[in-house]
Amino acid sequence: MSSVRVLVGTKKGAFILTSDAKRDKWDVAGPHFGGWEMYHLKGSPADPNRLYASQSKGWFGQVIERSNDGGKNWEPVGNKFVYDGVAGTHQWYDGTPHPWAFTRVWHLEPSLTDPDTVYAGVEDAALFRSTDAGQTWQELSGLRNHTTGSSWQPGAGGLCLHTILLDPSDPRRIFIAISAAGAFRTDDGGQTWRPINRGLRSEYIPDPAAEVGHCVHHIAMHPSRPGVLFMQKHWDVMRSDDAGDSWHEVSGNLPTDFGFALDIHAHEPETIYVVPIKSDSEHYPPEGKLRVYRSRTGGNEWEALTDGLPQSDCYVNVLRDAMAVDSLDSCGIYFGTTGGQVYASSDAGDHWAPIVHDLPAVLSVEVQTLP
Amino acid sequence: MIRVVLPAHLRTLARTASEVELEVEGPVTQRSVLDALEARYPMLRGTVRDHVTQQRRPFVRFFACGEDFSHESPDAPLPAAVASGAEPFLLLGAIAGGF
Repeated sequence: MSSVRVLVGTKKGAFILTSDAKRDKWDVAGPHFGGWEMYHLKGSPADPNRLYASQSKGWFGQVIERSNDGGKNWEPVGNKFVYDGVAGTHQWYDGTPHPWAFTRVWHLEPSLTDPDTVYAGVEDAALFRSTDAGQTWQELSGLRNHTTGSSWQPGAGGLCLHTILLDPSDPRRIFIAISAAGAFRTDDGGQTWRPINRGLRSEYIPDPAAEVGHCVHHIAMHPSRPGVLFMQKHWDVMRSDDAGDSWHEVSGNLPTDFGFALDIHAHEPETIYVVPIKSDSEHYPPEGKLRVYRSRTGGNEWEALTDGLPQSDCYVNVLRDAMAVDSLDSCGIYFGTTGGQVYASSDAGDHWAPIVHDLPAVLSVEVQTLP
Repeated sequence: MIRVVLPAHLRTLARTASEVELEVEGPVTQRSVLDALEARYPMLRGTVRDHVTQQRRPFVRFFACGEDFSHESPDAPLPAAVASGAEPFLLLGAIAGGF
């Protein structure tokens, strides 16, 4: 019988939530790495028992952990992230040049085919790859050395590379996103990159339609349709039908188009989910009502999903990597909040219930559907 | 034998007790003690000092014999009591705010 494993990264440790396919009774294991910030955990699509985790702490820096048994046991692997060549500078918040400096790993993206290959998106923004199961890391420096790299500026959370999408139809194509530089694509396995931000408009930057400088919060792709991308930008929900070459807005009737998280139904590539957040200075849901919005039309027309979610006095946030889906027949949707709740819906968002409600602030949620 | 006391989070990471004993060849300095520590516990590389610059991470402090050695040269000899094993070399996470 199928089962589901939910990997939860929080401000003070990692938790692993497991259930059978009914998804009504959950086992909660953790905290793993108690007291450490767990920005992200993710399993290998090629070997679900191979997990990678990003563990960091201001005092002691970055650690990468690896599990070969689905998260029961872990071992620290390589944590040496050194920029390729002369690191140079990017722009600081005040526009002055600032030396590139590694801070932490925001996102780990295991290869679709090889459990020993994994990508890491880091702050200050760069993409690293390991082909030896996390022991050593090499920068794909063509991204950071793009001609615009020296002009990239950090968003409020730092200059972070937070999204990595691997194209299942073309192993040489990778999409990434950086706050606040924008989205980029490689078609040659990471050697060269180009910004893919045409159609984005950001009124808060000097040139609202600039080639780079957009605060992209998250991008999602359905594996059956890798040329179609959805984006939650700082403000605006966007869609591209040409692999990022151009974007158009699909915010439609959302109560606010600010937000962080976005994901796609496992079996319906036109069904997408966002969690609208009031504004960039008010990181909580409008009206104190925690609502997931679902569009079954690939954007523009949205419906509020509220059953089982708090509809008064709720002032949590849902961060960019804190929403995920399972691939069971009735698609499950999951998200975690900065208030420590992890909510799940086993019917594509119609009804919700908390799996847990008192964890530390949730930074990331990933889901594995196990045979 | 040099005695080194680790802060709780590094103890957990290294899967060891709070105090570890290390053999150090030659002069006993911050650098030689940390070299020996990292050789014995490779998972601690990068958590006490930077991989490349070898500089102490800002919120890690070094104490011994009731004194703060954090700003001393990494190649300055540590007290004889540390070299003899009578006193431990302490790695501390600085008390700092945050959440």
